[in-house]
Amino acid sequence: MLNMFEVIETNHMIEHENLDVRTITMGISLLDCCDSDLDRLNEKIYRKITTYAKNLVAVGEEISRDFRVPIVNKRISVTPIALVGGCACKTPEDFVTIAKTLDRAAKEVGVNFIGGYTALVSKGMTPAEENLILSIPQALASTERVCSSVNVGSTKTGLNMDAVSLMGRMVHETAAATKDQDSIGCAKLVVFCNAPDDNPFMAGAFHGVTEADAVIHVGVSGPGVVKVALEAARGENFEVLCETIKKTAFKITRVGQLVAQEASKRLGVPFGIIDLSLAPTPAVGDSVAEILEEIGLEKVGAPGTTAALAMLNDQVKKGGIMASSYVGGLSGAFIPVSEDQGMIDAVSCGALTIEKLEAMTCVCSVGLDMIAIPGDTPSTSIAGIIADEAAIGMINQKTTAVRVIPVIGKSVGESAEFGGLLGYAPIIPVNTCSCEKFVTRGGRIPAPVHSFKN
Amino acid sequence: MNKVIITVVGIDTVGIIAKICTYLAEKHVNILDISQTIVQEYFNMMMIADIDKATVSFGEIAEEMNRIGEEIGVTIKCQREEIFTRMHRI
Repeated sequence: MLNMFEVIETNHMIEHENLDVRTITMGISLLDCCDSDLDRLNEKIYRKITTYAKNLVAVGEEISRDFRVPIVNKRISVTPIALVGGCACKTPEDFVTIAKTLDRAAKEVGVNFIGGYTALVSKGMTPAEENLILSIPQALASTERVCSSVNVGSTKTGLNMDAVSLMGRMVHETAAATKDQDSIGCAKLVVFCNAPDDNPFMAGAFHGVTEADAVIHVGVSGPGVVKVALEAARGENFEVLCETIKKTAFKITRVGQLVAQEASKRLGVPFGIIDLSLAPTPAVGDSVAEILEEIGLEKVGAPGTTAALAMLNDQVKKGGIMASSYVGGLSGAFIPVSEDQGMIDAVSCGALTIEKLEAMTCVCSVGLDMIAIPGDTPSTSIAGIIADEAAIGMINQKTTAVRVIPVIGKSVGESAEFGGLLGYAPIIPVNTCSCEKFVTRGGRIPAPVHSFKN
Repeated sequence: MNKVIITVVGIDTVGIIAKICTYLAEKHVNILDISQTIVQEYFNMMMIADIDKATVSFGEIAEEMNRIGEEIGVTIKCQREEIFTRMHRI
């Protein structure tokens, strides 16, 4: 039988340590909506999403009430639109109509983001995929809730440098198209290497073609819980430290697993995976940076940061894997700058640089995330940043991503305000030496030697 | 069995448990276990109850618990048991 201290501990985590379930994401396949007529395609997409997800928000709220655990976001991911729209869309403008349909469907069912305005071009681009990519700036500027992602490389295929170069341009154009709102469009655009098919977290969520017709994924959270648990282990050695993180990650993940199973049962949709990521929010006490500082760093970015993060990430996985048989998505600590108060502080005081952040992405999910850079950064330099990050993913057989925001009209010393869960970010300096001749060579960087395992 | 956990936290006053139990009895909710303690003048109570034969829904019970809590100035929560068993039992 349960004892009182266990009950008090759980409720304390929820009330005082920001324990929550970050997202219930319903993946919906749109492959059966394909049509050569654009209007009919849009109509089918709208109908399928609003039918499948009509109870998603209500069920999320019901589960939240039953267990008294907050479920912060309810979201939808769909099949990469470049595949769904390929037959009907002949121009980038045609694709924008689908973005607007997705936005309308998201508003109708009440979800705050819908992901899947996506192209998977790790080896090459079809004309449809190129049109979708070219439509991203306009699509993100004319919608509120649509998120876009592009996979430009993988360990198996190498890096599609044409796509990398094009995405450098698109990030810049998206920033320009939303410059009135501190270039917020870029907060909804992720460039991936080794993108997973079952990621529940935005902005990079899409419903991969390997998935079923509909599926429920859950992303857990809880940096605050880990931080508080570690306060009790101050001064202890690494064995005690690791044990504490593992046990806490186990507890957090079990809550996610429970919510996922309940959502799956109540919605009549199969359960997919739990994503074990420690996802921070701008709220005080809900920060990955604060965990690293609790481990023993004066500020994130200090020497030792990469090692501390590697250990944290690994222990979270070890605890989480025991708690759920189906773990997937990104699964690791997130280090988004604008969404984590400790990261914001570290950047503001100069302790954390973009180069150190890049090193940190070698050992955790996911990548250079929610980083505001000067608005006059050339698109070739953005492509260079994307190429560096993708190379880390390709060589280390892990997912990496870039979500940088060139804030048009602002430079180092100023900051960008995104609001809500997206937070705000001080603008970080970027190396001004050019890489134009490198990123515009054209073609592909071949797959690394260790990808040949057959 | 359909177990729920009811917890009460707040300043100790006369009749907290009586009020809760009267309501639960009326609605055919069977109380399986009660434990309580006082930590720094704060009253902490945990009750395990079975709502299998209850005449009202879980949602209604949870709402009524909230209401009683507000009335007497304590926090009363009604949660399904699984969140605790999942977290604390392998």
